[in-house]
Amino acid sequence: MTSTVSIPGGPAQPVRPDPHPVSAFQGRPRYGEMAIRLGLRLAAVLTIATTIGILIALAIPSIGFFAEVPVLEFLFGTRWAPRFADSSFGVIPLVTATAWTTVIALLVAVPFGLGAAILLAEYAHPKLRRVLKPVLEVLAGVPTVVYGFFALQFVQGTVLREWLQLPTGAFSVLAAGLVMGVMIIPTIASISEDSMSAVPNALRQGSAALGANRMQTTLRVVFPAALSGIVAAIVLGISRAVGETMIVAIAAGNQARIVAGPLEQGQTMTGFIANAALGDSRVGSIEYDTLFAVGLLLFAITLLINFLSIRFVRRFREAY
Amino acid sequence: MSTVGGAISGAIRGVRPIASGRNGEHRPGALAFLILLWFALAVAFGVLVTLVVTIIIEGQGQFTLRLFTEFPASSPDRAGARPAILGSIWVIGTTAVMTIPLGVAAAVHLEEFADKKHWFNRLVELNVQNLAAVPSIVYGLLALAFLTMMGVRDKNIVIAGALALSLLILPVIIIATREALRAVPAEIRQGSLALGATPWQTVWRQTLPSSIPGIATGAILALSRAFGEAAPLLVLGALVFVSFDPNGLLSGYTTLPIQIFNWTGRPQEGFHQLAAATSVLLLVVLVAMNGVAILIRNRFQKRW
Repeated sequence: MTSTVSIPGGPAQPVRPDPHPVSAFQGRPRYGEMAIRLGLRLAAVLTIATTIGILIALAIPSIGFFAEVPVLEFLFGTRWAPRFADSSFGVIPLVTATAWTTVIALLVAVPFGLGAAILLAEYAHPKLRRVLKPVLEVLAGVPTVVYGFFALQFVQGTVLREWLQLPTGAFSVLAAGLVMGVMIIPTIASISEDSMSAVPNALRQGSAALGANRMQTTLRVVFPAALSGIVAAIVLGISRAVGETMIVAIAAGNQARIVAGPLEQGQTMTGFIANAALGDSRVGSIEYDTLFAVGLLLFAITLLINFLSIRFVRRFREAY
Repeated sequence: MSTVGGAISGAIRGVRPIASGRNGEHRPGALAFLILLWFALAVAFGVLVTLVVTIIIEGQGQFTLRLFTEFPASSPDRAGARPAILGSIWVIGTTAVMTIPLGVAAAVHLEEFADKKHWFNRLVELNVQNLAAVPSIVYGLLALAFLTMMGVRDKNIVIAGALALSLLILPVIIIATREALRAVPAEIRQGSLALGATPWQTVWRQTLPSSIPGIATGAILALSRAFGEAAPLLVLGALVFVSFDPNGLLSGYTTLPIQIFNWTGRPQEGFHQLAAATSVLLLVVLVAMNGVAILIRNRFQKRW
């Protein structure tokens, strides 16, 4: 599933000569042809329109929001209570919950995802790989709401509370983060595997000829050579963790408090949007605008992460 | 790559080489590393198996025909997911009709006609990559704002949900289609052009038909993602009590993931079992869709 998601600066595409050097030979103008091409171009323009639409859709209500709540109070305030009588709009509690779930998810997804990727790219027999890869892709295809159910019922309810007897309530950022990590494993594994497979075999053979075993070859030759793709995979994993909604909405809890430990519950930015949308907010009210202000922050964070990754990948890319 | 290992072990079997590297492979450190790698993969699969087994066990009491025929109810013993099943079909069907032509058209433009060095086309390309990484809930907010601007009062309608999901999977379909088009060798296009076909005739009669398997695979995978998606629909207010069959683009609806979310949030254990049973149903549908996609990829994809 994740294999269809292309990442900025993934494996380089071979350069193909322009297949249509035709304009010089066209006789009469073909209006039908021109109309079709215009239609195709409009479809491509629609993608830009989507982005502009997102920006406008998030910006206009946010302007209304920031007219009432100062930007600094929003970004650095430590109390989030948009629906209370003495309302307060400090987004820090939501950010801490997002940070906890994201970090926990990455602690799971990065080692396990990279381990699986190395095994598939460097060790597994091609036949085994043909079987294992689709199964890993099934893991990516599990709907997040099912992961959320699993996190709440099994991980939080059974494992953390019954088996490990941990002092935690009905929800925790730990359960949500752990399951989110599992959700991200295939993303990281699939893209890292692609970039490690793209490292030319001559490098491995050279390393083996110098007497290195496969572990040394993997860690000292293949891994550095594939670093840009691996970093891109991890960054994509981060932006998926930050933007994931259903798992945290179900299992992380819905009280916006500053989260100080993994066993506490907390409401993430996405969790807030999902929960607030359930209640009926009147269009134009401050509650309605709050949704978009938090959405704008979320969008800005993922965009920033994505651009950093593109820059990093350009800088460290090894072309063979 | 395993070819290195294969070459080494092949050499061992034949003439004894000067240095086999064999001892290196069996050093404790190297073995521990290999065990760690297997452990990583085993954990991933272990969780997948645990997830499937636990939801099957939890939901086994509710695998009845009632799940398909009954409407949601206040008592878990009478509730079913019939409107959610129909709602999912309506929303995903509408999404497919809206997105696939648009996505393929945009991809054809970018891959076959656009001047790749032109700043606008490079912007479109960068933009598509960025859109693929935008959180799904943001698309829900976009659709919410758009509908509000259009003056739509009741946003829980099939066409609105399909709009949000279409925007969500459009980049995925564009990226998959471009990859499929790119796999068609330039000689096919050149041959067609040399025989006097216009650029559009070349695309319509040669390039697109050759890349249909790749496009179909990508489209099915994208739709299966939309099928399991709940967050954007949640923002549009799909979490409602639906006691009727959705019957049109303007009809109210709920979908399977939303129904699962709804039942998961109830306190009664019976609803959790219903959520588990519905999750199994959802997983079966998605695995079937993925299976079809992989089948198409393996069966029909041409290799040049």
